[in-house]
Amino acid sequence: MISRKYNAAFQYVISLITVLMAAIGCYLFIDLINYKIVALLLLMVVSLLAMLFDIFPVLLAALLSALAWNFLFIPPLFTFHIGDTEDILIFMMYFVIACVNAVLTIKIRKVEKKAVEKEEKEKTIKLYNTLLSSLSHELRTPIATILGAVDTLKDSNHKLSDKNKGALLEEIDIASVRLNRQVKNLLNMSRLESGIMTLHLDWSDVNEIVFGIIGGFPVTTHRFIFEPDETLPLYKLDGGLLEQVLHNILHNAIQYTPDGSKINIEVKGDDQNCIIIISDNGGGFPENEIESVFEKFYRLPDSKTGGTGLGLSIAKGYIEAHSGTILLENIPSGGARFTINIPADASYLNNLKNE
Amino acid sequence: MNKQEILVIDDEPQIRKLLEIILESNDYKITQAETAREGIILAASHPPDLILLDIGLPDKSGLEVLKEIKTWYSKAVIILSVQDDEESIIQALDLGAADYLTKPFRTGELLARIRSVIRRNQTGSIESVLDFDNLQIDLINRIVKKNDEILKLTSTEFNLLALFSKNAGKVLTHRYILKQIWGVGYQEETQYLRVFVAQIRKKIEDNPNQPLHIVTESGVGYRFN
Repeated sequence: MISRKYNAAFQYVISLITVLMAAIGCYLFIDLINYKIVALLLLMVVSLLAMLFDIFPVLLAALLSALAWNFLFIPPLFTFHIGDTEDILIFMMYFVIACVNAVLTIKIRKVEKKAVEKEEKEKTIKLYNTLLSSLSHELRTPIATILGAVDTLKDSNHKLSDKNKGALLEEIDIASVRLNRQVKNLLNMSRLESGIMTLHLDWSDVNEIVFGIIGGFPVTTHRFIFEPDETLPLYKLDGGLLEQVLHNILHNAIQYTPDGSKINIEVKGDDQNCIIIISDNGGGFPENEIESVFEKFYRLPDSKTGGTGLGLSIAKGYIEAHSGTILLENIPSGGARFTINIPADASYLNNLKNE
Repeated sequence: MNKQEILVIDDEPQIRKLLEIILESNDYKITQAETAREGIILAASHPPDLILLDIGLPDKSGLEVLKEIKTWYSKAVIILSVQDDEESIIQALDLGAADYLTKPFRTGELLARIRSVIRRNQTGSIESVLDFDNLQIDLINRIVKKNDEILKLTSTEFNLLALFSKNAGKVLTHRYILKQIWGVGYQEETQYLRVFVAQIRKKIEDNPNQPLHIVTESGVGYRFN
């Protein structure tokens, strides 16, 4: 709320100054306006303050304006004495109205604030529920597969053909690997969020890391294209984390580009930055979704089952742990391009051919 | 032939049960301990051929168990650890563990590691000429041949390759290799190691980018095959 932006002393000083200036302003034009109108003007000033400030500065303004009105405008002037009975009544009514006005305005503000908070909370709960149900689906599907397959193998073992037994075992295998991957992602994410992650910086051959990751993927119809730059220096970074970053991005590319797509990897850099560019010739990302892609648990609408929406957010988290950046953009000719920039010390030792 | 005896020290009954079935069906004899204390007593009273040791035991860390038994137990210990705990793995290897496996592991991998470690247990002396598929390494005459052609290696490259080949099948940590080849004081200088491994790979591997002989164990070290 607005009042939170101002500290208490500031609120008191401004209330004081505003009321005094309003009173003096009115006093200058005392010949033109009736002193009873001045009461309404001052009342308005108090109401305006009530919209911005906390209760006590506003009550102070109410009190002060009542006294100023009495002192400067109610005859006899320049005394706190009030001669006329009617004026005494107006003065008292002024003070009460000013206070009630202040209290009511502030109460309304509080209610409004609560409503906004409630709405925000409801939004968070709704988002959380969506995430939880998607996550629960992702974890329960493989568990259901494993339990179902095991029950079948146990209960109707003699009725199953060898081929079907083999198929059930294969399903258990696939489900376990999938479950393991999801759990690993969740663990990595919670480690990132806990902030206890420490980087193990060591001289790393990024070309070797890329080849290792590419070689680790099962053979698919996707084609990896990587021409290593032989003059690339060694970089001091956490090789294990970089492996996971690359694995997650490439895994994502394989999952969400059509069969037969090309995935291009380029590693370059200078003596302060390691730059890795991964691009594909698939469909790219919907332009209005690009900003959300790195959000935790985010999944593209209608994306196929089998992910938790954590891979890219972990990748981003790991890169940011290195004080690096990751940029995602669509390529005009089609496909997506990730540009990773990691600031890191470089060692050109590997380019010295003499021993 | 006598069955090889394996002692499993792990507090999880399910893992012990699983290992019991896998190992017995592969003709190993298995004994089990569920605490560090029990494991140390068993290993002392009846030394097995191999110990499978879990890092996360309830009463004492597996690393401490390793430290303790390594003073009198000379055969191999394979460490079982959870994923992504490279720190403990490196410590265990530096403490003398023969190898490690991260849970969850595949059975094929487990059996391959056990076979490799037991084989190394049995070969007492190292032959002077080591043979790895298309690669022959003559340790005495300092000659390396690939497909019967002599390779030109610098002195450091040869020393490194000799160290790898004498420890074939075993993971060597970066620190260990640096200390052995370059000596104390160079243990953090991994950039030397990276450079020399890359150079050796170019000479001995058919495809240096998908190496088969010097394999990188991510975050831990290298394994020579």
